[in-house]
Amino acid sequence: MSIFLDRSSRVVVQGITGRMAQFHTREMLDYGTQVVAGVVPGKGGETVMGVPVFNTMKEAVAATACDTSLVFVPPPFAADSIMEAADAGIRYCVCITDGIPAQDMIRVKRYMMRYPRDRRMVLTGPNCAGTISPGKALLGIMPGHIYLSGHVGIVSRSGTLGYEAAQQLKDRDIGVSTSVGIGGDPINGSSFRDILERFEDDPDTHIVCMIGEIGGPQEAEAAEYIQNHMTKPVIAYIAGLTAPKGRTMGHAGAIISAFGESASEKVEILTAAGVTVAENPSVIGETVARVMARRAA
Amino acid sequence: MDIHEYQAKEILARFGVAVPAGALAYSPEQAAYRARELGGDRWIVKAQVHAGGRGKAGGVKLCASEHEIHEASEGMFGRKIVTHQTGPEGKGIYRVYVENAVDFTREIYLGLVLDRTSQRVMIVASPEGGMEIEDISASSPGSIVRSTVEPAVGLQDFQAREIAYALGIPGALTQQMVRTLQGCYRAFRDLDATMVEINPLVVTSDNRILALDAKMTFDTNALFRHPQIAELRDKSQEDPREARAADRGLAYIGLSGNIGCIVNGAGLAMATMDTIKLAGGEPANFLDIGGGATPERVAKAFRLVMSDRNVQAVLVNIFAGINRCDWVAEGVVQALRAEPVDVPVIVRLSGTNVEEGQKILAQSGLPIIRANTLMEAAERAVIAWQNDRKHLMRAV
Repeated sequence: MSIFLDRSSRVVVQGITGRMAQFHTREMLDYGTQVVAGVVPGKGGETVMGVPVFNTMKEAVAATACDTSLVFVPPPFAADSIMEAADAGIRYCVCITDGIPAQDMIRVKRYMMRYPRDRRMVLTGPNCAGTISPGKALLGIMPGHIYLSGHVGIVSRSGTLGYEAAQQLKDRDIGVSTSVGIGGDPINGSSFRDILERFEDDPDTHIVCMIGEIGGPQEAEAAEYIQNHMTKPVIAYIAGLTAPKGRTMGHAGAIISAFGESASEKVEILTAAGVTVAENPSVIGETVARVMARRAA
Repeated sequence: MDIHEYQAKEILARFGVAVPAGALAYSPEQAAYRARELGGDRWIVKAQVHAGGRGKAGGVKLCASEHEIHEASEGMFGRKIVTHQTGPEGKGIYRVYVENAVDFTREIYLGLVLDRTSQRVMIVASPEGGMEIEDISASSPGSIVRSTVEPAVGLQDFQAREIAYALGIPGALTQQMVRTLQGCYRAFRDLDATMVEINPLVVTSDNRILALDAKMTFDTNALFRHPQIAELRDKSQEDPREARAADRGLAYIGLSGNIGCIVNGAGLAMATMDTIKLAGGEPANFLDIGGGATPERVAKAFRLVMSDRNVQAVLVNIFAGINRCDWVAEGVVQALRAEPVDVPVIVRLSGTNVEEGQKILAQSGLPIIRANTLMEAAERAVIAWQNDRKHLMRAV
């Protein structure tokens, strides 16, 4: 098993005719992902690498039974595309786009609430690298070959730090059940807590590796959930110990503006909740291996 | 993106928020002239800089004559103001704002922010105005009133009234307070602000509600739909190196250390800085060159990092996934051949084709120090920097 994504996922790429979208659609097809449709308003009837393109999401769903979407639409139009996916009945959506206005994301989150919980689309991102269930399917822009199939769940705000973790695990022959990028924006589709709940319920995930950074309340929320509800071990790394207060560190959401948002405070909160925190990014793989070994013993 | 107080007041006034009469000046002579135009017998001269805490730093002066205004603003123009929000280098004063002084009986704190927990706009208010919100939440957290806005319908009048009553605003002024709150919220929503702060919002002796100060910050991701806001950007208030980097699509933040960093990805860039610190060094900058790591970007990044005179070693840390390490290594070699740098360069690559990448660096004939892990790279950078410094000291 895995979360969100597997061999049966039928993927539609929104904005498939763009240069970057085409490149990554090729990579996803090569990985074995079932990309069954693309949506670009005004380009319905065309095909991209053999994938049929539709004008609207509803048409794509009707014609191809797609249930999973990947958004590559430019920032001014991305929020609209996410809402179109939610309305068309898509189950899981990943938004790669970086630079969506924060208030557009507030509207997206509010819009999604109009669907009852059992029909509500799950969104991860925006401003993320995507999601991969190794050996099954890839939905995003990450290099598929750095992930082995296995039992570690990865959830990360940062793309490249998530790669770093996967590569270190691969170097130790440790595999991943699913790796989810939740993105670097201040308002995102799913939080650490949302993803941890899924990993807790997934029988194929035995341990979770969580990669956070400065800014926002999500690591502290996760700590509370881990302490009170989680049975599986969690190891964490938090970036930004040397980041100055009040400055945006690349990611729109990576800014210390309130108490509890600095890296040292987050490390303290997570440690108190029973999370094993890796001191530096070079020992993420080593720390996972150590906790797994202790667990096996 | 930040704007000046006088600009924020102009914007808020358009949305129905009452502000004192005021005018902008670019010289002491103009400041005195503006006061005469405004009329009255007491004025406030305020330095226009993108930072709070101006009052304590001498950036706000009460004046009772044109002569005093001339003198006060002469002391401000061209000077750098240093507050807890500017950093040690301070911010230059090139504009002053002259306002009629106002007598008031009460000071209120009012702020609108993007609340990341509720994922909505939140109004934060306190009757303890004039103090920084951080200080209020430390000294009297119970005085803070909070209210979140439902995005589908916007701020409701009843919410605004609740805030007014909780702050103890006199009954006769409730409507004025509602208008002020609605104006702030509409300005926030319509113009894609990320922060509106009025501190203090006052009740005047003649029973008006007036914004004595105003601060607005805007979402840079939304500037494409607000060209009139984008035009308010004042580069004199930004770090010149950071502004230049931003114009070239690089996220750069200058710090006070000696080891420059070139990294792809914001998270990895922060992690690189942290590891340098753990290894006993101090990072000179944050720099995210983005996913691509093309040779042109690497070259641009070297130029940017080396423009900081404090940099005595450079650590390059690239995770090459889809762009393989050999390609990134070629880029680093090309950049260093085209423009050699005179400090030690440490390169750590990881991801696809690491061995080929290492080989290219080794065979380039360039004095590049290689490392396998980030920790190793940081340790080697610190050692190289220390050795280089010893060498430099001997040379002196």
